[in-house]
Amino acid sequence: MNNLPEKSNAGIKWLLKMAWRDGKASGSRLLLFMASIILGIAALVSIQSFSDNLQNNIVLQSKALMGADYIIDSNHLPNEKVQTIIDSLGPLGREVSFVSMTSFPGKSGTKLSQIRGIEGNFPIYGELETTPVAAASEYQENSGALADATIMIQFGLKVGDSIKIGQLTFPIVGILNSAPGSTALTSSVAPVVIIPYRYVEATELLQIGSRQEYNYYFKASAELDLDLFDKDLDPILDAEGADLDTHTSTSQRLGRRYSNVGKFLNLVAFIALLLGCVGIASSVNIYIKEKLRAVAVLKCLGASRKQSFMIYLLQIAGMGILGGLIGTIAGLVLQLLFPAILADFLPFDVEITISAKPVIMGLLLGLFLSVLFALLPLMTTWFVSPLEVLRIQEKPVKRSRKAKLLVFGSILLFIFLFAFWLLERWQLALSFVIVILITFGILAGIATLFMRGIKKYFPHSWGFTTRQSLLSLYRPNNQTMTLMLAIGVGAFLISTLYFTKDILLSRAKLENSVESPNLLLLDVQTGQRDAVINTITPRGLPLIDNIPIVTMRIQSIKGRPVNEIREDTTSTINQWILNHEFRVTYRDSLIASEVLTSGEFTPEMPDEGIVPISIADNIAYDAGLVIGDTLAFNVQGVLMETVVGSIRAVDWGRMQLNFSMVFPTGVLENAPQFHVLSTKTKDAKASASIQRELVKAFPNVSVIDLRQVLALIEGILDKISWVINFMAFFSILTGIIVLIGAVRTSKYRRIKESVLLRTLGAKNVQILKITALEYLYLGMLGSLFGILLSLISAFLLAIFVFETTFNPSWMPFLVLLPGITLLVLAIGITNSRSVLNSPPLEVLRKDAR
Amino acid sequence: MANILNVHQLKKTYSSGSKSITVLEDISFDIDKGDTFAIVGPSGSGKTTLLGLCAGLDQSDSGTVTLCGRELSALNEDERALLRNKEVGFIFQDFQLLSTLTALENVSVPLELQGVKNARTSALSLLEKVGLADRQHHYPSQLSGGEQQRVALARAFINNPSILFADEPTGNLDEETGEKVVELLFELNKEAGTTLVIVTHDLDLAKRTQHILRLKGGRIIENQSAVV
Repeated sequence: MNNLPEKSNAGIKWLLKMAWRDGKASGSRLLLFMASIILGIAALVSIQSFSDNLQNNIVLQSKALMGADYIIDSNHLPNEKVQTIIDSLGPLGREVSFVSMTSFPGKSGTKLSQIRGIEGNFPIYGELETTPVAAASEYQENSGALADATIMIQFGLKVGDSIKIGQLTFPIVGILNSAPGSTALTSSVAPVVIIPYRYVEATELLQIGSRQEYNYYFKASAELDLDLFDKDLDPILDAEGADLDTHTSTSQRLGRRYSNVGKFLNLVAFIALLLGCVGIASSVNIYIKEKLRAVAVLKCLGASRKQSFMIYLLQIAGMGILGGLIGTIAGLVLQLLFPAILADFLPFDVEITISAKPVIMGLLLGLFLSVLFALLPLMTTWFVSPLEVLRIQEKPVKRSRKAKLLVFGSILLFIFLFAFWLLERWQLALSFVIVILITFGILAGIATLFMRGIKKYFPHSWGFTTRQSLLSLYRPNNQTMTLMLAIGVGAFLISTLYFTKDILLSRAKLENSVESPNLLLLDVQTGQRDAVINTITPRGLPLIDNIPIVTMRIQSIKGRPVNEIREDTTSTINQWILNHEFRVTYRDSLIASEVLTSGEFTPEMPDEGIVPISIADNIAYDAGLVIGDTLAFNVQGVLMETVVGSIRAVDWGRMQLNFSMVFPTGVLENAPQFHVLSTKTKDAKASASIQRELVKAFPNVSVIDLRQVLALIEGILDKISWVINFMAFFSILTGIIVLIGAVRTSKYRRIKESVLLRTLGAKNVQILKITALEYLYLGMLGSLFGILLSLISAFLLAIFVFETTFNPSWMPFLVLLPGITLLVLAIGITNSRSVLNSPPLEVLRKDAR
Repeated sequence: MANILNVHQLKKTYSSGSKSITVLEDISFDIDKGDTFAIVGPSGSGKTTLLGLCAGLDQSDSGTVTLCGRELSALNEDERALLRNKEVGFIFQDFQLLSTLTALENVSVPLELQGVKNARTSALSLLEKVGLADRQHHYPSQLSGGEQQRVALARAFINNPSILFADEPTGNLDEETGEKVVELLFELNKEAGTTLVIVTHDLDLAKRTQHILRLKGGRIIENQSAVV
């Protein structure tokens, strides 16, 4: 009798058997738990897998994307030195591209287009996809043009029709479906038209000031180390105003660009996953609560604390693995949707394959998150006393404070590490954790204040049901805190996403004031200016802007020649400043998008001294300039000394012409220059009519209809917001699951109370009213404060991330607030249905079981 | 005959808010191996608390409980669990079957915990004894109250316990079913030679035991051998 073994002989096999037996019979109770994991993992795996595929495709298709192994490009005809280098390397193809208006004889309407004059073997890799296919190889010898499919559709053109570019008219020999170096996004602003290079000069479109780019396409020998080649040659070309792009550097740059988009979406998915984690914790909490009596029985029969804990831990881990598996499969299927949604943003077709990383991540996360977020409720099984089997009334199970802190610490550490893995910057990851903590903290604080407030100022004179519903908010075992957190965090996330979209859209919005132009006339030569103005004004169209533009490069900064700065490896000056061709204007005042941050704006050149110029704050930062520093410019061969007289903050997001350098009047008037004019047309018809006339009379002038650009931007943002909403949808779904979990927890707590009320004679309608009012208060309060918090976060995002002002819309208050409140109300009432529809005794019996 | 349970100077208090309530005080008695023993008393007299302390489900504030030669206060929770698994059987008023396990699985659990390989065979033979072999795959919710208590009886005896604690075993059953369960309890007990401790309100049931301990207000008011 005294010789007991030191521990139970039942091993892991028995624990697994018990976990299986119990889980099998509790399947439906674990549905909430499974749904939380599946949704969270599916959201994350879909984004992760798609990002991976995107990155892989960029690397695989990098040569086809640019059409060559490397390109030398310049935005003017190469000088002698650059030409010598180009010739020595033996380009296989060359191109000049520029933007111009095109028109179509026999059709009305004109279109801003990207003209690409091509010669030689381009593309070396990839292909010009045309309809008919032969057009890609025949357009050169047939002296024809390949026109982008969007132009063909917009103007009802067919192969064989003509297109007028500058002074020349070309037959359209094929429809251009895709070409290396062009993306659907750029094509939607200015569709591509390809013509033979030899005809470009005859179009007479390459004039002073017109933006043009010369590209030379090369094939690298197999033994050439492109990175080393880039490192050696690029600085030499940079110094001469040209640039070298290799397919590897381009794919890295592209990769970075898309990885930023991926990071943002990952973060949204991570939020869905975090909400899923809250779902895990709350559903396991309910589940374990229902199991405590069974745990006590097991302990009574001789199971140790570890054994009873392990049975449920194994069960949760098993469900986590299963949930992770289903979530991963769902995520892999979901990612198939992304290429279609994002087609306009991607420079190529993304081939979807299944990569190991997201799959392993999904499976491991399913297991790890389930266990981590279930630990806190699971811990109660450890501390439950076998004496519970003899007790009739419930007694809260005490949990170890130390273990609780350890679990919370692990959760926070996990959130930080995972955010760090996604964002790759610890500061951002830490901010993310802090924002989450602050949000939870504020919501918990509001819930506490609310409960205290009601207690202190309780309306004793109100009716029974109203009083009873208010009482439920602060009595012992109330659900105010849980529901406030669940509803608040959900509303906060959804509303923040909405406001962010708002901010992005408002930045692009065209101001509808009289002074705001909607038609920009670019590349107007000085000799054409008056004639163009005389074409516009007689039609009653106002000349809003007449902006002169002079191109120039920086020759020296603070007395140091740019060549010297380029070679100085310790220099902190941003390289682009040294190589950039600046488009500079001169005027005597600041415009609406500018705010002086330091110095004094000089409207007119003083009689003597160095020219005082005004620079934008980003230039000051990148070039390390302060007031009083000197800058020398090379103005098309003439050197000009200037001094920084003022620094301006420029709102680059505004739809108007902004300049990084502004000269005072009285300096550049005689320099070679061109002009940008602007006007405002009252509708699309008037706009089309003036465009037609301008293109006819001044073929080199490009006209941008800001209304069309705005429509394009809105279209793009709509698609982006579709993707954001798609991810937010996961957050919303998981949010609903969390909500159901929270309401179910409260149902478990209050079911006896409602039954007691019924036993004492309360009518169904009274119980319904008490329940409905309670959920109404909680739904309203949670969503209201969630939205208010999102206002603060959106405000901070606007200032620190988007650097713009924030004018919140009322939509979240008008749609989200009542929407979420009604949802809470519906879930709450649905869950209390069983109490209302059954006789008291039956409910009590059910509960006992 | 050797004592299987020795209770000496037992005291138990519970705190309720800032107040401390003494539930049991100065409780001492012995139970010999193989005896049948009833603890009776009005509601709130401390019967169930005493049973919990004797079975090692709870710990006393002072005094000692020696069960099967082991002083319970010297054992930690897991050691007490092991002792229960080897030496103790339980019958509860509300049966306390595991709702997610079938009748057969419920009965097997104590043996499975011991790592016994043919637990199912033993469990089935006990289910046969209580007349429920044909209900072995039923879940508790599919059984009547009497059937559930018979499954609980089978579970209580499967580990051949040295002592069996029964807390109001007929409390949730109608008179006829209760009578049948009690018959079965005494029959199995006699067959196994187990010491039986019953907590009950039912004086007729108490009278069927060899000893009766009367409690009132947490104290023993009578400890007598029953007149059979």
